[in-house]
Amino acid sequence: MGQPDGGGGNHRVGEVEEGIGEQSGGMTTEHVVEVRGLRKRYREVEAVRGLDFDIRRGETFALLGPNGAGKSTTIEILEGYRDRSAGEVRVLGTDPQHGGLAWKARLGIVLQSTGESGTATVREQLRHFAGLYPNPRDVDEVIAAVGLEEKAGTRISKLSGGQQRRVDVALGIIGRPELLFLDEPTTGFDPEARRQFWTLIRSLRDEGTSILLTTHYLDEAQQLADRGGIIAGGELVALGAIDELGGADARVPIVRWVENGVPRQERTTEPGAFVARLAAQGEPDRLEVIRPSLEDIYLELVGEAAASPALEGSPA
Amino acid sequence: MTAPTASAPARATATGPARTVRLGLNRVGYEVRSYFRQGDTVFFTFLFPLVMLTIFSVAFSAGDFGRTPDGEVVTAAQYYLPAMLAAGALLSGLQNMATDIAMERSDGTLKRLAGAPLSPVSYFIGKIGQVLVTALLQAAVLIAVAAVAFQVPLPGDADAWVTFAWVFLLGVTTCAILGIGLSSLPRSGKSATAVIIPIVLVLQFISGVYIQFSMLPEWLQQLANVFPLAWLAHGMRAAFLPETFATLEAGGEWNLAGIAIVCGIWLVAGLVLARVTFRWIRKDG
Repeated sequence: MGQPDGGGGNHRVGEVEEGIGEQSGGMTTEHVVEVRGLRKRYREVEAVRGLDFDIRRGETFALLGPNGAGKSTTIEILEGYRDRSAGEVRVLGTDPQHGGLAWKARLGIVLQSTGESGTATVREQLRHFAGLYPNPRDVDEVIAAVGLEEKAGTRISKLSGGQQRRVDVALGIIGRPELLFLDEPTTGFDPEARRQFWTLIRSLRDEGTSILLTTHYLDEAQQLADRGGIIAGGELVALGAIDELGGADARVPIVRWVENGVPRQERTTEPGAFVARLAAQGEPDRLEVIRPSLEDIYLELVGEAAASPALEGSPA
Repeated sequence: MTAPTASAPARATATGPARTVRLGLNRVGYEVRSYFRQGDTVFFTFLFPLVMLTIFSVAFSAGDFGRTPDGEVVTAAQYYLPAMLAAGALLSGLQNMATDIAMERSDGTLKRLAGAPLSPVSYFIGKIGQVLVTALLQAAVLIAVAAVAFQVPLPGDADAWVTFAWVFLLGVTTCAILGIGLSSLPRSGKSATAVIIPIVLVLQFISGVYIQFSMLPEWLQQLANVFPLAWLAHGMRAAFLPETFATLEAGGEWNLAGIAIVCGIWLVAGLVLARVTFRWIRKDG
């Protein structure tokens, strides 16, 4: 949307250059978000219990976890809405508790819940917010990007819930942010709107926008994110490339079949060879090869965390 | 960690006072438009004094509220016009601002603005601009309706209009600033009107807006004189009622200095209160 790519997606170099750091002449592994030992206590409840993670410039990072796990608390600390109880946080090099207007101008924020009365029309609202930023996107391009051309002249209060959510997304990107926070952005979207949203987010990433996404939809995380973390009971239980979350073991394919009426299963990194050997002894009954999906791995990790005694006293 | 890269083009992120004022003035238009699109707000803060003026003028149309120096009868409309101008300043300023900001705090508007590169000062310029524009329109409509529909004679000398102008501007601004301070009182947007309207109503009854001030017991007059509304109404009477009405006031004369002093103190106190209490959002812990 309007901004040149800046050289074939050089935002991905961070993936290759991890560990090389400052010595690579400007092409550093720059972090837009750095979190160390982050804790947040609400009176008796410790909602966030020591998080460590980084988000690299240009990547899309997904923060996953069940309700009440501490996702929104974490994202609101990064956005500057909440003060942390302990730990170190840097967002675009600044402590969010002391982020000024120039810092805010570099962020885009799509909050989890909105309920504004919305007497302005979609175009009026976007034009107004565009005026707050030093280098905004074109209002009509953004309206088109979120698929609200037909509703541009409609008051926001008259839109459906999903359409209002698209206005939220539009307001989040109107200021051409370097770092975009998306807190459960596609809640209330129909499947088509969700696909359209994914296309939009990929185009933002291709322009070099760094994105922090929280979502309940694991297919969405799989589709959009480069890396991610799974948070449960205020702690990170997994962190890494989205395709590697949970570790290699969790992703070993499972071969299932039925032998003499008894269900059998075998985890193997070479399911083809295994099935070939199995088939050599005769056609196996009800044969399946299963690759654990992100959802399978997520449920396993979150389930383990919930069962862990270390989480006693965490919020329900 | 902060080195800019190709994906972060250098931008002019001016955050000086000029930008703060420019964005504030932009917000005036946005706020005024929002105001007139909210039907209930327009009725209860903009049209309400006009409705009350009409009711009083019609209900007491046979009443005699005093005489001008030439011996003309002062009608209910003429008597109540200054009171309704004062009420309008209170409603457009204090009631509108307190409930509007409380609603914006609870519905997420302030949270969104808190995340945008907008200074609270710009936001307040927008709000006070909205109050000034709507209150001036309201006063113009009140005066026009009084003159045209109820044949209220308007002051012919410039002094009266000068008094009206400065008392009105000072009063409206003071009410708006106090409204900002009071906006943090309601815990939710839904309770905002329930918390604010009783304050506003009681103040109007004891300050000579609905009931003739000189008919109130002296202790109640003194209590009312602690607050700016009684002084605002006093100033409006000074501007719009015949000189002979001064004898009804405490001390038997118009006390314009008192208006400036009391409203000025409240204005400064309100500014301090707003500065200290205003938060975009309630931060916890």
